[in-house]
Amino acid sequence: MTVALEAGPRARTARNGANPPMGGDNVLEARALHVYYGAFRAIENVTLPIARNRITAFIGPSGCGKSTMLRAFNRMNDLVPTARVEGDIVYRGQSIYAPGVDPVEVRRHIGMVFQKPNPFPKSIYDNVAWGARINGFRGTRRELDDLVEAALVQAALWDEVHDKLDQSGLSLSGGQQQRLCIARAIAVKPDVILMDEPCSALDPIATLRIEDLMQQLKERYTILIVTHNMQQAARASDYTAFFNMGDRRQGYLVEFGPTPELFTNPKDPRTEDYITGRFG
Amino acid sequence: MTALAPGSIGLATSDAARQVARRHRVGRAGLAVFQLSTIVGIVVLGALLYNIANEAAGLVAYEHKTDPAAVLPGGRDLAALSAPELAAVLTANLSPGEVATLEREAPLAERSQAELRRLVDERVLETHAAAAWNLTDSVLDRPAIEATVAERHPDADLRLTSWLSPAFVTAPQSGDAEYAGIRTAILGSLWVIVITMAVAVPVGVAAGIYLEEYADHTRWLNRAIQTNISNLAGVPSIIYGMLGLAVFVRALEPLSSGGAFGAADPTTANGRTILSAGLTMALLILPLIIINAQEAIRAVPSSLREASFGLGATRWQTIRHHVLPGALPGILTGTILAMSRAIGETAPLIVVGMSTYITFDPSSPFDKFTTLPGQIYQWTARPQPEFHHIAAAASVVLLVLLVALNASAIYGRNRAQVRY
Ligand SMILES: Nc1ncnc2c1ncn2[C@@H]1O[C@H](COP(=O)(O)OP(=O)(O)OP(=O)(O)O)[C@@H](O)[C@H]1O
Ligand SMILES: [Mg+2]
Repeated sequence: MTVALEAGPRARTARNGANPPMGGDNVLEARALHVYYGAFRAIENVTLPIARNRITAFIGPSGCGKSTMLRAFNRMNDLVPTARVEGDIVYRGQSIYAPGVDPVEVRRHIGMVFQKPNPFPKSIYDNVAWGARINGFRGTRRELDDLVEAALVQAALWDEVHDKLDQSGLSLSGGQQQRLCIARAIAVKPDVILMDEPCSALDPIATLRIEDLMQQLKERYTILIVTHNMQQAARASDYTAFFNMGDRRQGYLVEFGPTPELFTNPKDPRTEDYITGRFG
Repeated sequence: MTALAPGSIGLATSDAARQVARRHRVGRAGLAVFQLSTIVGIVVLGALLYNIANEAAGLVAYEHKTDPAAVLPGGRDLAALSAPELAAVLTANLSPGEVATLEREAPLAERSQAELRRLVDERVLETHAAAAWNLTDSVLDRPAIEATVAERHPDADLRLTSWLSPAFVTAPQSGDAEYAGIRTAILGSLWVIVITMAVAVPVGVAAGIYLEEYADHTRWLNRAIQTNISNLAGVPSIIYGMLGLAVFVRALEPLSSGGAFGAADPTTANGRTILSAGLTMALLILPLIIINAQEAIRAVPSSLREASFGLGATRWQTIRHHVLPGALPGILTGTILAMSRAIGETAPLIVVGMSTYITFDPSSPFDKFTTLPGQIYQWTARPQPEFHHIAAAASVVLLVLLVALNASAIYGRNRAQVRY
């Protein structure tokens, strides 16, 4: 049984690519979330709202569970047999962990870009078109061409690849590959895009391009990004969540707030230590 | 590479330099061992090929029941006669009934010179090999051989003969080594291998997909299955033969001899059919194919699976579009190895009742059969030396068949190669 995840007209307009009105409401919300790998508790009791059409950054020391937290938002952790979730994540008013919710449906709305660029060993065109095809794209070849072009334009890659769409996606540079992965995620018209350290394998110029791109994308999509780069979080995000690790290596949320506030006036001393680099 | 002398760079203490020199010595010793092993391998392979080639050709002393001078026009040599002349010899010396039978199989006027010569040899002159020598002796010791022949077989012609000839490959089985061929054995081998692969590859790959992509490895049942499959790969082939005998030949006899489908006369085959053999072989190579498919599937980067799932693909879409294409070259490699193993296997087929003397071409899975290795085994077991020569010739054919099948499979694999 599949519970439709369309929680109202807004979801539909977002998927149709129309500009939803900017607003302060939350698309996603983690509620008292715990994530376990077997008996190990990787995330402890996190409650976190994700604002629509905003960029929310996750920062924190290595191993504190940022990736685990991010992947909880589109049920990617389901692919790890030992992973288990307590608490809930609500997407547009509906629990994504409720019985009967199909994780495939969740991921179709909440897409993902990974740390290491991972294009398919297919042509640039097919990399972008594949997601639409498997999601039951019913359209003419022309419409698919338009979809591919629109996604590549939005990912700021079109100018570089429009004359070599039939070349392998693997023939591109690292930064281009990552933008291709973003185009691929966009092509299925998601609502939210999760990005797990999308720039960590890129040079500073390519990193800046992706950051610019994120600013454009947030007009249409809600973006969650994990980053180790404090400047990146400070320049590119609207909200920042700082995670830390407890004495049993469990990750917990220390502080969450608007980015300028968190960086200029942290409430928690541990946040201050971390962002000033005085962290042990 | 030259080892640094102690103290040759300021930073190196003499201790460190000695240590580096020792590490290089260990490396050179390892290299020598690898080179030696490679040379041993090449020598062994060379010896094998020499041994087969040595037996597959050589001098043969032929004796005739009928004196060639009496039947061949002008007392000329058989090889010198043209096709029409040979056809005339046949019509003149065979009974009208025999000639009519031959004409029915293929008109004499249309047959090649080589074919007619073989017929004259077999039917008119009734030529048979009185003695045969291997290739090395034939080349190095020819005068001694000629002397022996002159003394013991004064009427014989001594000819340098290749036991492997087009006629050998296309002729059916025969009780005379000179006229025996391996057509039925080649066809039997091909039939068995086709059935084996048709069953083992889909089942094995499907099981590999299940075990890698679906089965939960934390459950003891799946772990037990996995362990059992790994152990099955090491079970001796004769045991599979006994399993095949019990299951396919005996228990499922009505199915394996085709009686249930009304296909063949079930009384002669008794379940000892191509189908039983193919299924037995399929069981034998199934664990190999499963394990190999699992390894190939595991080698597909998990980042591809994540990318696919992240786009909202289902598990099957991910497998179908990313895992299987990525694993295909590896699966093909394993299939090649398994096929080579199956073509060469003899023991289980002997247990499931391979016939060794089959003169008709197998035409359905419910026929009795023989295979190339079975034929070779049977011929080498005979006391007459001519049979050892044709066993060597059949070995050459078996090796060529293997190389040809492998080459085509490797070609297919290279075309399927994916670069990440
Ligand atoms: N598949 C898994 N099975 C078991 N434990 C896991 C698994 N993945 C992650 N963990 C554990 O969960 C904890 C959090 O890992 P996670 O990858 O979420 O950290 P992270 O904050 O993303 O680290 P990094 O900044 O280095 O990427 C770690 O202790 C890690 O060892
Ligand atoms: Mg991480």
